[in-house]
Amino acid sequence: MRPKVAFYWCASCGGCEEAVLDLAEGVLNLADAVDIVFWPVALDFKEKDVEEMADGEIAVSFVNGAVRSSHQLNMARLLRRKSKLVVAFGACAQMGGIPGLANLTTARDTLREVYGEAEPPALEFRDNGHTLTLPKLFDAVFPLDRAIPVDYYVPGCPPSPKIVSDMFDVLLNGELPEPGAVLAPDHAMCDECPRRDSRPQELKLDRFHRVQETAIDLDKCILAQGVPCLGPATRAGCGSRCIAGNMPCTGCFGPTSRMRDYGGKALCSLASVVEGNEVAEIDRIFEGLVDPAGTFYRYSLPSSFLERKRLE
Amino acid sequence: MPEPFEPKIVAFFCNWCTYLAADLAGTSRIKYCPNAEVVRVMCSGRVDVQFVLKAFAKGADGVLIGGCHPGDCHYQEGNYKALRRYRLLRRLIRQMGIEDERLRLEWISAAEGDRVRAVINDMVETLKRLGPLQKSEEERAHLLEVA
Repeated sequence: MRPKVAFYWCASCGGCEEAVLDLAEGVLNLADAVDIVFWPVALDFKEKDVEEMADGEIAVSFVNGAVRSSHQLNMARLLRRKSKLVVAFGACAQMGGIPGLANLTTARDTLREVYGEAEPPALEFRDNGHTLTLPKLFDAVFPLDRAIPVDYYVPGCPPSPKIVSDMFDVLLNGELPEPGAVLAPDHAMCDECPRRDSRPQELKLDRFHRVQETAIDLDKCILAQGVPCLGPATRAGCGSRCIAGNMPCTGCFGPTSRMRDYGGKALCSLASVVEGNEVAEIDRIFEGLVDPAGTFYRYSLPSSFLERKRLE
Repeated sequence: MPEPFEPKIVAFFCNWCTYLAADLAGTSRIKYCPNAEVVRVMCSGRVDVQFVLKAFAKGADGVLIGGCHPGDCHYQEGNYKALRRYRLLRRLIRQMGIEDERLRLEWISAAEGDRVRAVINDMVETLKRLGPLQKSEEERAHLLEVA
């Protein structure tokens, strides 16, 4: 019997769903090897179908997206119960991701920003004898492992095709890795960077440029050109796709196993490559980094030590 | 009457200057507020930003980093590294809703026992004015609750 697998999305953009299809013809092999029992974005199964399954009946559930509503939490819990393994698939499920930047504000302020002064709808709505229940939006965004126990993590925004196909290989045919493992190499992205050899032995930057303000040389280390690149603090395995597109690393693969707070460590790595011994000069150099929280915690704010902005 | 608020400070002192200054303050019987928990590190440049963030997350109301005066670092330029990190970290924690005054970097040489007293007393006073960094454990748990 083919193993049953499920795919689900919480607070995410859909890119992780695409990442499965990025396997190209490999997705056909996958479809032959497994029995997909739930995949809202692609197949017409309902929540009810999952509820009717026996506990542990699904071999692996791949859940992408952060958890920020009561419905997402319930779905995560349901899939946990029905699955032998749960994989946090992609940066949002692993660390909170881009939606996690909402932890710089509150649910109320987010709704106000989007809908203006309009009153948020009641969570329960009755019409024509039917009751419609809306999910509650939480005040904070969570990585998946704050909601349910997670067996494995697959990093990336989105995970690269190589990482995804390796993941299927190891989970479906191979020996299972240690519980809690991140299914990607455990060294820095710089180690695999195609421009690695152009990185000077010692870097001393006297200013930072935003990507749109400067022409980036196609062959040279991007950080050495004064564009904030988080390769030194980021886990490898992405295939250097951003670098190939002449864009700096923004850290979507998250920390290696030797870090606890990705943003804190990323900040250290950039602060280590500037010159300046005087406050005024140092501040001038860092002026080029206009948004430290958004730069260093772009994908990982909810899994950081502070987790969210302090509320008054 | 509720207990008056006593701020908690985590103080990272470098082995060669500020820690010796604190030692001198002790042997000189200089009295100062008992609010700082001192963590001895080899150099202020050893203070990883993660240490500071963890301290704030785990209940510190303020974090103090003490190093050698510019030019005096035992490792040539560890204190400059600390200064660069600190200037950037200050902006980060501001975005996270933490006031600037809660993070302090001070150069205190081994001879300046009295300055340890002055800095810690001043920081305690400032933190008392600012109040606790975190709300009560319960309130915080609620804000981060997965409903």
